[in-house]
Amino acid sequence: MLERPVAAIIVSVLAFVTVYAITPGLIRALERRKMVVKDYNRVGGANVARPGGPSIIAGILVAEVALYAFYMSPAVLAIILTTVLAFFTGLADDRRVLGGWFKPLALAASAIPIIVLGYYAPHMVYESQLGFPLFGSVKIPLLYVALILFMIPITGNTINSIDVLNGVASGFMTIASFALTISLFIVHNYDIALASLPLGFVSLAFYKYHKFPSRIFPGDSGALTLGAMYGAIAIVGHVEIIAAVALLPAVINSFLFLSSVKRIIEHRQLKANPVEHTEDFKLKATAHREAPVTLVRLIVANRPMTEKEVGFTIFKLALFSAGLAILTAFMMGVRV
Amino acid sequence: MRGPIYLYVLIMWALIVAGGGVLVAILGPLNIMGFGKYNEIVDSVVKAVIAMLLVVLWIFIMSRVKNWIFHKQVGA
Repeated sequence: MLERPVAAIIVSVLAFVTVYAITPGLIRALERRKMVVKDYNRVGGANVARPGGPSIIAGILVAEVALYAFYMSPAVLAIILTTVLAFFTGLADDRRVLGGWFKPLALAASAIPIIVLGYYAPHMVYESQLGFPLFGSVKIPLLYVALILFMIPITGNTINSIDVLNGVASGFMTIASFALTISLFIVHNYDIALASLPLGFVSLAFYKYHKFPSRIFPGDSGALTLGAMYGAIAIVGHVEIIAAVALLPAVINSFLFLSSVKRIIEHRQLKANPVEHTEDFKLKATAHREAPVTLVRLIVANRPMTEKEVGFTIFKLALFSAGLAILTAFMMGVRV
Repeated sequence: MRGPIYLYVLIMWALIVAGGGVLVAILGPLNIMGFGKYNEIVDSVVKAVIAMLLVVLWIFIMSRVKNWIFHKQVGA
């Protein structure tokens, strides 16, 4: 069996190099097949390749399968299966526009491997209790199974909903997943910390091509893959609350969106966009009454900003939440 | 506009921590007996209902806080 530091280096390098190396080829292949979408926030509306999900899942699979070969952990297998199922859900949505309820239901089904493997390997995949900082944990045997079915759609769709500007989903995921890895080390869950490393490195490598000006968009297959893997790690790592804290800016975005439109709909179904362009192509908040309230709309509420500036503002918020998540991880060991 | 967003994140975090305390205090000691082999199911259903009520309360509070912090923008 490999020493953990060696395994950490191997899976990190495998994840990063795989995505870094194959994404340019994927971009060329997508462009050849005319699988491109217009970037409406770019002057002139450049066409950008989509989806980048295949390179993201490749990086995750190479690293996680290697990790599974090293340790044969059912928790790692649960992460792999859930992530792959979420990828296919996203890929189906990338290829054909599906209804607003399809994704949440299909993502809930993606969580089934966690439940099944947890049944056959009790205490090795998940614990039926929810741990809170300062106050301890509460045991919820059957309720926890329902929580698993809810958690994967929530994390998947939360990351998908923040994939609105160049580089934001991959950059945000890089920050949140490294915060989760640090937190897993703090709570002494070293095995799942290793399993979470590929998520951060895959996101970082993909950010290289996704950052402003984007050469590729992750699409639903990319965003749902990242989000579902994040949720699966939170469950098998018993760090559900810490994971939620690290995602707070994205959670706020979803919360603001849902509380203003008051139902589950796709962005393409909106009657009005939350932001508009100024003459010099900066983003400004719309005054349209039917437009949803989103995080980006709030960020540009006072003054118009460039897409790059908005992206960095979201990253600063992500760093703030990452700090709170790490603080929460330390508070897990404290009891009042 | 960025200051209020940080404040909102901080309040959300504080509510998660406090909500955890309430959940542990209410659900932790709860152990429903007297239903024989259905004990676990009844226990889980009761806990689920209480948890859902707490989530609804949490969303209600977050919605009020949102309107308080972002009243100018939300009303736009």
